Amino acid sequence: MIKSFKKDIKGILIEGVTLSAALLIIAIVVVMITVIVIGGKEQISWDFLTKFPEDGMTKGGIFPAIYGTALLVIIMSVAAVPFGTITAIYLTEYAKENSIIAKTIRFAVRTLAVIPSIIYGLFGLGFFIKFVGTQMDSTFLGGQLKWGQPNILWASLTMALLTLPVVIVSVEEALKTVPKDLRAASLALGATKWQTIWKVVIPGSISGIMTGTILAVSRGAGEVAPILFTGVAYYVATLPASLSDQFMVLGYHIYVMTTQSANVDKTMPIQFGTTLVLLALTFILNISAIILRYRIRQKKTD
Amino acid sequence: MIHEKIHTENMFLHYGSKLALNDISIQIPEKKVTAFIGPSGCGKSTFLRSLNRMNDLIDGVKIEGKILIDEINIYDKNIDVVTLRKKVGMVFQKSNPFAKSIYENVAYGPRINGVNDRKQLDEIVETALKNAAIWEEVKDRMNDSAMGLSGGQQQRLCIARTLAVNPEIVLMDEPASALDPLSTSKIEELIVQLKEKYTIVIVTHNMQQAARISDLTAFFYLGELIEFDKTKKIFTNPEKKQTEDYITGRFG
Repeated sequence: MIKSFKKDIKGILIEGVTLSAALLIIAIVVVMITVIVIGGKEQISWDFLTKFPEDGMTKGGIFPAIYGTALLVIIMSVAAVPFGTITAIYLTEYAKENSIIAKTIRFAVRTLAVIPSIIYGLFGLGFFIKFVGTQMDSTFLGGQLKWGQPNILWASLTMALLTLPVVIVSVEEALKTVPKDLRAASLALGATKWQTIWKVVIPGSISGIMTGTILAVSRGAGEVAPILFTGVAYYVATLPASLSDQFMVLGYHIYVMTTQSANVDKTMPIQFGTTLVLLALTFILNISAIILRYRIRQKKTD
Repeated sequence: MIHEKIHTENMFLHYGSKLALNDISIQIPEKKVTAFIGPSGCGKSTFLRSLNRMNDLIDGVKIEGKILIDEINIYDKNIDVVTLRKKVGMVFQKSNPFAKSIYENVAYGPRINGVNDRKQLDEIVETALKNAAIWEEVKDRMNDSAMGLSGGQQQRLCIARTLAVNPEIVLMDEPASALDPLSTSKIEELIVQLKEKYTIVIVTHNMQQAARISDLTAFFYLGELIEFDKTKKIFTNPEKKQTEDYITGRFG
C-alpha cells in the first residue's frame, strides 16, 4: 500500500528535463527579440527608412537596402510563383499519382529543398552569369560586358530557384483542398479539364496559392547566400534602375556592417536598426500567411 | 413503340482485375424515370457512371461491350467526352455546388459553352431554376453564395445547374440519400416533373423511393442485372427469387 504513495522521482525528473528544454526555446526567442528591439528601436526613424547611408555607412539610412530587398522579392515572385504553380498543377491535376514522372518530379523538388543555399549561389554564378549572361553578351552585344556579371535579375532568378520548392509544395497542398466532388461536378457539366482547373480549382485554392507565395517571399527576403555571387553589392550610390544593375539587400547590409566596416562599433546602432527592420518584414509576411491560412481553414469548415 | 434512349449490349466493366459489371444488357426508354436498385457494391452506381463516362476519371477501369445512346456507341474512339457529358448530365449523391453565387453556379455550364450575353444567361438561369423548382426560394438572392443554402436547396440548385446545360438525359446518383424527408419529397416531386422533358436514370438505396417515382426498375446484384421491368411488376410480382428476396427485405 505504502509503495504506491511513493513519489515517482524518475517521472518527475524526466518531466523536469523536458520542460526545461521547452522553456529554453521560449527564453531564446524572448532574449533574441528583446535584444534586437531594444538595440534597434532608437534607430528607427523616417530618415533611417528613407535615406541613403552616409559617411562611409556610419550614418544615414538604409533605404537602398529596403528598396533592393523589395525589388528582389518581387522579381523572384514573378519568376517563382507562376513556374511553381504550373508545376503544382501538373502534379495534382495531370500526373498519375504513382507514375514514374510524378515520383521523379517530387524527388527533384525535395532535393531542391535540402540543397544548401550557398550552392544555389554558386549555381547562379555558374549558370546565369557565366553561361547565360556571357552567351547573351556575345550574341547580342558583340562581347561587351553587360549581362555576364552579377545583377538583380540573376540574383532574383537564383533566389526564385531556392524558393521554388516552397511554392510548389504549398500550391500543391492548396489545390488538394479543392474537393474531388467539385471537379466531378464541373466535368459532368461538360467542362474540359482545363476549364475545370481554371474556373473551379484555381479560384477555390487562390488563398492557398497566396499563402505559399508569401511564405516563399519571406524565405527569400531573409536569405543572403544565394545572392552573394549573383548580384548583391556592398554599397551602390544609386537605386537599381535596370535589371542589369547591382543592388543592396537588408540581410547583406547587416553582414557587411558587422564584418567589413572600418568602424564596427560606430555602425552598431545601424546594425541593430537594420536587423529590426528585416525581422519586422519577415514577421509581417509570415503573420499574413498565417492569417490567410486560418481564413482558408475557416472557409473550409463553413 | 417507345424510343430506346440508352441501350447497352453485353457490357462488362473491370476495376483492375476485379469484374464489377458482368454482361449488362438493358434498354432504357426515353422520357421515363428508370430506377436502379440493389445492395451496396452491386454495381448500380458504377453502371450509372459509365453512361456519361465519369468512370474515365478512375484509373484501371476497363469497359467492354456496347453502350449506345441514341444508337451511337459512346465509347467509340471518335466520341468527344465533353460533348457527351453535355448531353448526359449528372447529379451526385452529395450536393456539390461551387463556392460561387447561386447565379454563377447555374450559369457555369452555359458560360463554358460560350454563352456570355447577360440577357441570354439570365433567361437560361431563370428557366433552369424554375425547372428545378427552386426559383421562388432563391430569386431574391441570386448573388448570395450557394454555400448558404440548405442541403435540400443545394441539391435542387445542382439539378438546376445540370439542366442549364440542356441535357437530354439526367443521371442521378442517390440524389436524396443525404437529405431530410421533406427535402427528399421535394426532390422526388421534381424528378417526376422532369421526365416530361428528360430521360431520368436514378440510383437509389431507398426502395419506397424507387416504387414511388420510377416507371421502370432494374435490380442489380453482385455486378449483374438480375431483373429489369416495369416498376409495378418488380414490386408486386417479380420474376426472379433474388429480386423478391431483396424487395421484401430478406437481404441487402
